[in-house]
Amino acid sequence: MSEHIVRSYDADLQGLRQRIAEMGGIAEKMLVDSVSALARHDKPLAQTVIASDPRLDVLHREVEENAILTIARRQPLAVDLRETISAIRIAGDVERIGDLAKNIAKRALAIGDDFQPHKIVVGLRHMNDLVMGQLKDVLDAYAQKDTAKALDVWKRDGAIDALYTSLFRELLTYMMEDPRNISFCTHLLFCAKNIERIGDHTTNIAETVHYLVTAETLAIDRPKNDRSIDTTVEAGA
Amino acid sequence: MSTIALNTSSAVGKAAAGNAEAPVRIAVRDLNFYYGDFRGLKDINLDFYDRQVTALIGPSGCGKSTLLRTFNRIYSLYPEQRADGEILLDGQNILSPSIDVNELRARVGMVFQKPTPFPMSIYDNIAFGIKLYERLPKSELDGRVEEALRKAALWDEAKDKLRQSGMSLSGGQQQRLCIARTIAQKPEVILLDEPTSALDPISTGKIEELIEQLRSEFTIVIVTHNMQQAARISQFTAFMYLGELVEFGPTTKMFMNPAKKQTQDYITGRFG
Repeated sequence: MSEHIVRSYDADLQGLRQRIAEMGGIAEKMLVDSVSALARHDKPLAQTVIASDPRLDVLHREVEENAILTIARRQPLAVDLRETISAIRIAGDVERIGDLAKNIAKRALAIGDDFQPHKIVVGLRHMNDLVMGQLKDVLDAYAQKDTAKALDVWKRDGAIDALYTSLFRELLTYMMEDPRNISFCTHLLFCAKNIERIGDHTTNIAETVHYLVTAETLAIDRPKNDRSIDTTVEAGA
Repeated sequence: MSTIALNTSSAVGKAAAGNAEAPVRIAVRDLNFYYGDFRGLKDINLDFYDRQVTALIGPSGCGKSTLLRTFNRIYSLYPEQRADGEILLDGQNILSPSIDVNELRARVGMVFQKPTPFPMSIYDNIAFGIKLYERLPKSELDGRVEEALRKAALWDEAKDKLRQSGMSLSGGQQQRLCIARTIAQKPEVILLDEPTSALDPISTGKIEELIEQLRSEFTIVIVTHNMQQAARISQFTAFMYLGELVEFGPTTKMFMNPAKKQTQDYITGRFG
């Protein structure tokens, strides 16, 4: 994209992109570290995750304020308007991703050294790997304005939903097996749900990237495979 | 994995603002325009829809005012200027020599960048134009003057000083007086050549509100350098450059997602 006649306008938009890139980097690290902290019972790491969140909030606020200022000052049109609005939306999604990762870290602290079934932890890590891949790809898609890559993320999220459903079933089974499992299973259930929600935010970002590049909105219905709502587990099953 | 149908949609595409179903009022066909040897318009083909506002945008010298000036043949005041091609107003070629230019200018009214009230009373500014074409009894003429001032949203401000000079009004009021003068002749089309570029934001707002009101009765073509104004008040936008029509489409589409890079560069301030 060629440059604006008014060069400070380019600097404004570049500033939005840079802040979102920084936010993306922080959120990625928070997500990886939170699940590692959970799996390895690493309390200092969990604390680090929690401590990273305020910076994300500050950046989110800055993106919003600067985007609003850009609208007031420059009255952006066409691709510039989409870029400005997209920055507000994406910053909001990344900020929420940070909150969800922070919540996983807090639960890692709460669970402490309680027994965690290996199978569940492996499942969570696998889910997290998938979501991490989505987050990385969608942030790349944003940086490169690559709508094909964004669409790929959008379509892939169904796999995460399916994994979540199976973890949900398994955790229910553990809880019924022994009431002493309920406490940590609930925490793990929320962790799984948080990761699944992060996946949803990556698809939101994918939709925004698609809008940014094409000016078209994607269909409302994204492929979903979350069947946890229909899940029942018979006692003693 | 099953294939997923990618249903994309766009508010822009469905925007209700531009009504391409409306009948075509002015059809420009293969229009070329010459200032002496210089070709100011190059093979313009463009439709203007009935009771819609069409904005002409483009950098200075792109031909947008030239195009506007062909619609009432005001250029024919200058012997070295000529147009060829066709401009069909309700199917009738107004470039044809058989057209009565005065009658044409009553059908196609024009308002200029700088307010141009005649040096006479507010009342006479409007009555003058009517009297050129119609013989009306005084009471009927009064009615027409009032109607025109009302439609131009000037009646309340001017009703107590109809005998005062038109020059005594503020810039914004003068411009509305000029619009009233145009409306009084009951034209079909109103041409506006940067009607607010000499006005303050409040007067500009009043003119924009007026244009919105007038749209129910008239087909309006406006030349403007103000992108936001074009985006606000028009249903269709044409972007011109170096005498050529680069892109034409519903305004929402033109300002959210233009098809041509040149258009995008211009409206986002990347041109040149």
